[in-house]
Amino acid sequence: MNVIEFKNLTKYYGSVKGCENVNISIKKGEIFGFIGPNGAGKSTAIRTLLSLIYPTSGEVTIFDKDAIEFGHELRKDIGYLPSEIFYYDKMKVLDLLNYSASFYDHDCTDKIQELAGIMELDLDRKIQDLSYGNKKKVGIVQGLLHSPKLIILDEPTSGLDPLMQQKFFNLISEENKKGATVFFSSHILSEVQQLCDRVAIIKEGEIVKIQDVKELKTDNYKKFKITGNNLNHGRFGIKGITNLIEAESEVSFFFKGNINNIVSILSTLELTDVIIEEPTLEEIFMHYYE
Amino acid sequence: MNIFLFELKNYRKSIIIWSLAIGFWILFYMAFFPMISSNSETYDLIMQDFPPEFLAMFGMNSDLPMSSVLGYFGLTFSMAQIPIAIQAANYGFHTLSVEERELTADFLLSKPVKRSKIIISKFFAALLSLSIVNIFVWISSIASIYLFSDAKPFDLNHVLVLLSTVTLFQLFFLSIGMAISVSVKKIRSVLSYSMAMGFGLYIMNSFKSLFSSDVFGIISPYSHFNPTYILIEGHYHITFTIISVLMIIVALVMSYFLYLRRNIPSL
Repeated sequence: MNVIEFKNLTKYYGSVKGCENVNISIKKGEIFGFIGPNGAGKSTAIRTLLSLIYPTSGEVTIFDKDAIEFGHELRKDIGYLPSEIFYYDKMKVLDLLNYSASFYDHDCTDKIQELAGIMELDLDRKIQDLSYGNKKKVGIVQGLLHSPKLIILDEPTSGLDPLMQQKFFNLISEENKKGATVFFSSHILSEVQQLCDRVAIIKEGEIVKIQDVKELKTDNYKKFKITGNNLNHGRFGIKGITNLIEAESEVSFFFKGNINNIVSILSTLELTDVIIEEPTLEEIFMHYYE
Repeated sequence: MNIFLFELKNYRKSIIIWSLAIGFWILFYMAFFPMISSNSETYDLIMQDFPPEFLAMFGMNSDLPMSSVLGYFGLTFSMAQIPIAIQAANYGFHTLSVEERELTADFLLSKPVKRSKIIISKFFAALLSLSIVNIFVWISSIASIYLFSDAKPFDLNHVLVLLSTVTLFQLFFLSIGMAISVSVKKIRSVLSYSMAMGFGLYIMNSFKSLFSSDVFGIISPYSHFNPTYILIEGHYHITFTIISVLMIIVALVMSYFLYLRRNIPSL
């Protein structure tokens, strides 16, 4: 079953393109990444999902229902964390969370306490006195306090320190294990790599590629860096090698193909060190943006 | 109900301040009546020298001399209409735009609630808040008339008819403010919009009196609910009241549908 389906979603702001012909299907229980630079159309797609904006054409369905028409019903099961966090400044954190909880049918008191505990959030402070990172934590608790079946995150990690980021990721993984589907937009590839099952790449408002994160990496090249003596003899001119940088004592390159071909070359050399790495998603994706 | 209560809570301070300010404004103005009343002949003589258009501009009329209780109350009330208008306009411009201005729209609109429910809750919260201020206007008007009438006769019924116009008067500014706030991209400063509307329509009403031309009065609620007219006649100006009610209805319907279809911009 697909939890979210974008069908030919197009949104223009006047004559400015937000996104065009976006088609994505997100399965139940998936953590789906949505990657693209700022201004690529990620937020446009997400805001349509929450009926904050209305599509120019195409449609979006959530749990097989039209996201615009049934928006208010669907949002019962959606937790949303916007990229920039702003709340009613004069309220205390707890009052805001209680106000937030008052929109849902069930009691959220325990969940609020639990989440605030995990995120180390002080509930008695006024929102205007909080630092950016702490406001972000309020956002996280407010987005998850009703145990949503679909969690939508729009660049959620900015402003969180690495420790909190890790706690947050654990929290999301936990919710995911309990059955929540996660739609995660980001421009930081490493966090998508860490968390997501599949990823869609968006560029200038259009989807460039949708791929399995694991597949993307196994099906791709490896990064080699070898050091030793007398290496610079043009031995690496074989098929599948790119980005070759040769020096007397150090050679680096990317390779895609039968790994044995490389190993047989390496065996003829006198090496002091070999490093074989997975390329980062940045490196993999870079050519989509060139 | 939660949005309604939340909004009402946010209005709390504002309601207290406006109620006290407008209430005391009326009491303060009326407190000068005994002084004027004791020199009534002198005042009436001075007034006779002014052309009627000029007097009308300031809400006076030779049929209702300033030295009479209702004449002076009419003047007081026309002055009190300005802050009443500014407050109502302020709530109107504020209520639907505050989320976008303070960037809390993402919070509220991502909750499981229909936009129609949001706008209805907000409208009634604003209306109830204005009505509380309205009650203070009634109390201070009636109290100040009894306190300072200087034992002169007056017809209380005409005063009650005039006070009953406040609700429509407030609704006018509230609904037009709401309609404008959802028609424009963004309201940066609510106060400048509401002051402009409150004073602008007042000046338009002055023009109406100055040029003795109803054209200027068509869209100004200061003309629709002109205190002098109502205190003399003892009833509403039918045509103007119908125009006012129609404008309110159009503005409310427009606000409703525009808000429902509004794109909430990201930051």
